[in-house]
Amino acid sequence: MADLLNVKNLGVSVEDKEILHGVDLTVNKGETHVLMGPNGAGKSTLGNALMGNPLYHITKGQILFNGTDITAEPTDKRARLGMFLSFQNPLEVPGITLGNFIRSALQQRTGEHIRLWDFKKEMKKAMEILNMDPSYADRDLNVGFSGGEKKKAEILQLLMLKPSLAILDETDSGLDVDAVRTVSQGVEAYQKSMDGALIIITHSTRILEALKVDKTHVLVNGNMKAEGDASLVDRINNEGFESFLK
Amino acid sequence: MAKEKAEVKDIDHSLYDFRYEEKDTDFYKIAEGLTPEIVMEISEKKGDPDWMRDFRLKSLEIYNKKQVPQWGPSIDGLDMNNIVTYVKPKTKMTADWEEVPQDIKETFDKLGIPQAERKSLAGVGAQYDSELVYHNLQQEVADQGVIYTDIESALHGPYADMIKDHFMHLVPPTDHKFAALHGAVWSGGSFVYVPKGVSVEIPLQSYFRLNAPGAGQFEHTLIIVDEGANLHFIEGCSAPKYNIANLHAGCVELYVGKNAKLRYSTIENWSKNMYNLNTKRAIVEEGGTMEWVSGSFGSHVSYLYPMTILQGANSRMDFTGVTFAGKGQNLDTGAKVVHNAPNTTSYISTRSISKDGGISTYRSSVVINNKAKNAKNSVSCQSLMLDDISRSDTIPAMDVRTQDADVGHEAKIGRISDDAVFYLMSRGISEEDARALIVSGFADSVSKALPLEYAVEMNNLIRLEMKGAIG
Repeated sequence: MADLLNVKNLGVSVEDKEILHGVDLTVNKGETHVLMGPNGAGKSTLGNALMGNPLYHITKGQILFNGTDITAEPTDKRARLGMFLSFQNPLEVPGITLGNFIRSALQQRTGEHIRLWDFKKEMKKAMEILNMDPSYADRDLNVGFSGGEKKKAEILQLLMLKPSLAILDETDSGLDVDAVRTVSQGVEAYQKSMDGALIIITHSTRILEALKVDKTHVLVNGNMKAEGDASLVDRINNEGFESFLK
Repeated sequence: MAKEKAEVKDIDHSLYDFRYEEKDTDFYKIAEGLTPEIVMEISEKKGDPDWMRDFRLKSLEIYNKKQVPQWGPSIDGLDMNNIVTYVKPKTKMTADWEEVPQDIKETFDKLGIPQAERKSLAGVGAQYDSELVYHNLQQEVADQGVIYTDIESALHGPYADMIKDHFMHLVPPTDHKFAALHGAVWSGGSFVYVPKGVSVEIPLQSYFRLNAPGAGQFEHTLIIVDEGANLHFIEGCSAPKYNIANLHAGCVELYVGKNAKLRYSTIENWSKNMYNLNTKRAIVEEGGTMEWVSGSFGSHVSYLYPMTILQGANSRMDFTGVTFAGKGQNLDTGAKVVHNAPNTTSYISTRSISKDGGISTYRSSVVINNKAKNAKNSVSCQSLMLDDISRSDTIPAMDVRTQDADVGHEAKIGRISDDAVFYLMSRGISEEDARALIVSGFADSVSKALPLEYAVEMNNLIRLEMKGAIG
């Protein structure tokens, strides 16, 4: 099967309340998809369910990744298969530095020892793309990072872990213009250099300006209401979600 | 439904549990229980000077009058009539590791002593049951004039008067019932003297191993760091598990001189049949610094509150502690500090973790007397509960008798956040590792304060404790 991700009729509930009522979504290798929709539509729910957050219960349907059914697989296995979720609110974890965390995640993924020297070199390059001060590598994971630095640290992990599918959950929210541009540069580097596929969940279009978008989906009240190409983003930008609410 | 949480197993104590079967003829063991005759016999065996023999008998009298503390965890399972107070191993103390009997040597070898000495220590003492079996100090440290020996030798040597002037002056037998017990039956332990201006660059270590079933260990540690001197002392303890209660009632007295600095680190991993009723106290002169680093992992019941008296102006104290209470453990730990002089500073930071029904209580007492103008104190205690059946309590007390003191307290009790576990797993880290990572991170302030080898040991203890099947 050529599809990278194949979501079929997915139903998801949180605390016994159904949020997604049967969602279909297909993402091919290297494609960039944008997921838009009004607040409370279920966009983040979809991101969390795809990554296997145990608080989100699959009530029906299937998730296939590279042709394998991962609907019941734990989060860490999905990550090792090549999925990645950039968090809206990345958590602070004291006791492990950002650098050591990425290195140990890489080692768990590949099962191989990663030479510190090579790792540091690559990490330095990725931090440059993101305008990140190198000292952040030696700071505890997200502890005391500003909102912007947290988001950059997420994209840094994306560039280092090189997943084949990355879900960005409102990575641009709460960022100033410059930070959005920087983050967007990081995402572009991922798109280009690794042929990475993306599902970008967003409210604004600024993060999309420099990115090539293949498909746009509109999620309303837990159902996919529309699908189109990049021009759909512009339409929503001008008209809002009004026309999809009926 | 959310899937079952990682089940956290009991600590793998097997490293500490091995022991050789010993015949009764292998060691000298005094009768169980506590009478003046038994105390006299210990005193005779040890060749005490007269004053010490009298001190022991006086302490026993105090012991018999004092009540068992009523404010902490129950120690009903401890019957002094069944505790053997003195067990002498079948060997004399030596400074040559090769001379230590094979089985005792292998026991310590498995615990990493004295490999640790070769790697990173300036001196090592190893106590087996009631007596030290090995004591050694690196030549260059000895050349600096540093004294590191067992207390018994010191009682008869050139430092006899110094011992007499300090022994149980900070912790008098009248302090509490188990201090009195200690005064009556103490045996073994270390004496350290660091002369004026001498800085000992690498740590000294004592390791206490209680091997005999139903026995008590009552070692005494006396450390005097003279004016402007600097020392890091590390204490480690372990015991194999028996079905009957064992008792540890050690006593640590630390004298930190003017502008001197002492760091006292402990990684305690007694077996879970141990009653750990230990008393530690330090007095700090003008401009001196006392630092405590304390990791409590073992024992059935612990009462442990290292106390610091900031006696001189501008003296300071830092206390960093972590306590891990698992199944069947009731660990009551914390710290005490008394500010007796102006511009004194104390900082207490503790982390406690409880799981599998374990009870962890943080208890502290901060006293700022009226002479302690401009004193500063800050307390931060955080608890992490790993399941719904465990318990964590915080009992801080403060007594401030001056207007211009700066006192702060912060307490937090929490659980491992499911979001944090999900976050780490989303990067490919397994659930078990994610949880261990979060708990290690929680205890990070302690491991950062330890020398690397000990930080690794502590993280291993946490990892072992956290290892478990995913449901």
